[in-house]
Amino acid sequence: MIKVTIDNIEVEVPQGTTILNAARQIGGDVVPPAMCYYSKLEGSGGKCRTCLVEVAAGSTADPRPMPKLVASCSTPVMDGMVVKNKTSERVFENRGGVTEFLLINHPLDCPVCDQAGECHLQDLAYEHGSSKSRYEEEKRTFDPIDIGDKIKLHMNRCILCYRCVQVANQLTENRVHGVLNRGEHAEISTYIENAVDNDFSGNMIDVCPVGALTDKTFRFKSRVWFLKPMEAECSCDKCAGKTVLWMFGDEIYRVTARKDRYGEVEDMDGKPGWICNDCRFEKKDPSKWNIIGPRVIDRHSVISQGKYATNIRNNAKKLD
Amino acid sequence: MTGRKVLLENVNIPGIETFEVYQKNGGYRAVDKALKSMSPDEIVEEVKKSGLRGRGGAGFPTGMKWSFLAKPEGVPRYLVCNADESEPGTFKDRYLMEKIPHLLVEGMIVSSYALGANLSFIYIRGEFMWILDILEKAIAEAYDKGYLGKNIKGSGYNLDLRVMPGGGAYICGEETALLESLEGKRGNPRIKPPFPAVKGLWGCPTVVNNVESIAAVVPIVNDGGDAYAQIGLGKSTGTKLISACGNLARPGVYEIEMGISVEEFIYGDDYCRGIANGKKLKACVPGGSSVPILPHYLVTKTATGEDRLMTYESLSDGGFVSGSMLGSGGFIVFDEDQCIVRNTWNFARFYAHESCGQCSPCREGTGWMEKVLHRLENGNGNLRDIDLLAEINKKIEGNTICPLGDAAAWPVAAAIRHFREEFEWHVTHREESQTRNFGLISQPVTA
Repeated sequence: MIKVTIDNIEVEVPQGTTILNAARQIGGDVVPPAMCYYSKLEGSGGKCRTCLVEVAAGSTADPRPMPKLVASCSTPVMDGMVVKNKTSERVFENRGGVTEFLLINHPLDCPVCDQAGECHLQDLAYEHGSSKSRYEEEKRTFDPIDIGDKIKLHMNRCILCYRCVQVANQLTENRVHGVLNRGEHAEISTYIENAVDNDFSGNMIDVCPVGALTDKTFRFKSRVWFLKPMEAECSCDKCAGKTVLWMFGDEIYRVTARKDRYGEVEDMDGKPGWICNDCRFEKKDPSKWNIIGPRVIDRHSVISQGKYATNIRNNAKKLD
Repeated sequence: MTGRKVLLENVNIPGIETFEVYQKNGGYRAVDKALKSMSPDEIVEEVKKSGLRGRGGAGFPTGMKWSFLAKPEGVPRYLVCNADESEPGTFKDRYLMEKIPHLLVEGMIVSSYALGANLSFIYIRGEFMWILDILEKAIAEAYDKGYLGKNIKGSGYNLDLRVMPGGGAYICGEETALLESLEGKRGNPRIKPPFPAVKGLWGCPTVVNNVESIAAVVPIVNDGGDAYAQIGLGKSTGTKLISACGNLARPGVYEIEMGISVEEFIYGDDYCRGIANGKKLKACVPGGSSVPILPHYLVTKTATGEDRLMTYESLSDGGFVSGSMLGSGGFIVFDEDQCIVRNTWNFARFYAHESCGQCSPCREGTGWMEKVLHRLENGNGNLRDIDLLAEINKKIEGNTICPLGDAAAWPVAAAIRHFREEFEWHVTHREESQTRNFGLISQPVTA
């Protein structure tokens, strides 16, 4: 175990842990935001640059500070490392810059976007964005395309985190999904709009930090904060069948995997709890599910601000 | 002073591209010497002694880079030559490979032997297809004469050398993007660490060197590291190929001994012979498009009034406030008729086009800068755009995965730093700026 100090809080972590994961062990607002890193996906991270932190001392052996800000999701900690996240002004300034970059070509169509309310870019912009845009040029636009019959891709909203590419590579057999073109023109696409046809392709929707990949069975049906998330399970031979149902009355509006506070799917029996497309898209009948009870959502989330939040909070107390 | 030449000495001998003529003129001596009388570690020692610094742009000591190479048991090691020369203004490697391909092949054999690599690659830019043919011909000749393949010249050392063309992307000149491309993937730079010296090509330890660095290993092995270190000045040892272009009377590729003055290089009879058509020097980019531009009063003299020399140290004297970098040796000269705003836009357009789009500051920032500069150049800018550019710059620089972000940010930052009047003139004299150029900028009273 090695010791690392993040924002004046000391934590012990195993060798090889990244700064971001060390910060997640501390929790709270010490944790840098991560738009592209996803612990369950191999090779993710390092791309969005929102998790930049300042390393004030490299290690006990070599206490020199690192000259550049480093991506905390891909930099392993060293013994005696001193990291500054929320205590560094430089970090805030540059994270603001990255947020601005992510937003310049973003359509800012939150009022009609299905991801609103559970969007990581919204959270990031709320914390680090400015209220005015300095971008006067025309935004780049793409036409929405279908990726398979259940998934819609809005490339305009995409921040190119590559998470869905990694899902397609790591959870599905055929690699038909990737990034075309480069630079500003880079876009997520399936090869010549090939359909992604696979039992686990729906997980792309869950990993998308923004509203670029949306569930066609749920599009424009409801705002997420009007729905009540219920933990449910079913016996499924393809996946663990442990999901969250988003309900309104007795109607199931959508089904997602169970996600933790960082937006990552929770582990089920030691394995990431990805869910299959049957559970996600086909089982919209409550009789097919064993509904366990309300899902605890972070009380700061807009989803908890609905009427039924009180119920959740009461139930959460019971669960504690 | 004409300066010693160690790389391009024989370049004008007719038929030097063939094995026979090259060998008759002292070629492949280094391979014979290295394989017969030197151990790999001795060669690395000689390269360290020579003080050779990476010629691709960063100037990192080659010997040190070689000594970082991890050597785990039972894992192959690779040497990759970076011939993806695509920096605007740089065309030195192209000249070397076109004219004297056997020098690179010889350098590859000696360097591969020093590093213990049995399979080496030359990754060549996709636009250089005719050079691919030249190199493959040279390699076939070397195979024929027993300098490549199994048991080279009876030494027991095996080496295969392959030339791999890229798809013509600037980003694939970044060493980890190059390795990705070589592996057949999309040329996105990798996240470091791990560095290629530990985990490179197919996860094996790999050294990536520039064409010129590898060619320079040949004279180092022939004459010894100490003799090479005698050439040059201080920590800038040896010779450097400079590809001079722009408004020069005699542009071209020159091999210079490091330490000659910039003034001599631009105006000297042996070199560029001054500015073309008797015009005046306005600005100079001394190391390829990604290094900061210097205004005329900082080209030949540093801010402290000393002569500026063609060395790594002297060109970067004054940091980015009043200095630049030797970079890859793409020496671009502008005369008084050139528009700096237009040129900066041109560079920004290049970087926006070549950004791989993997990390957000570079993907969005380079495109944004390009659009703002395009507006300024076409007389649609505002004064606040100039400050905006400077700020976008600061947010890109240092925050990206690979150095392309820095390379895109530095020229814009330097152009605004030194030529702000000209940028402002483009805003205040919108119509005039479309019909004539600004001309020389005035020299500040105190630097």
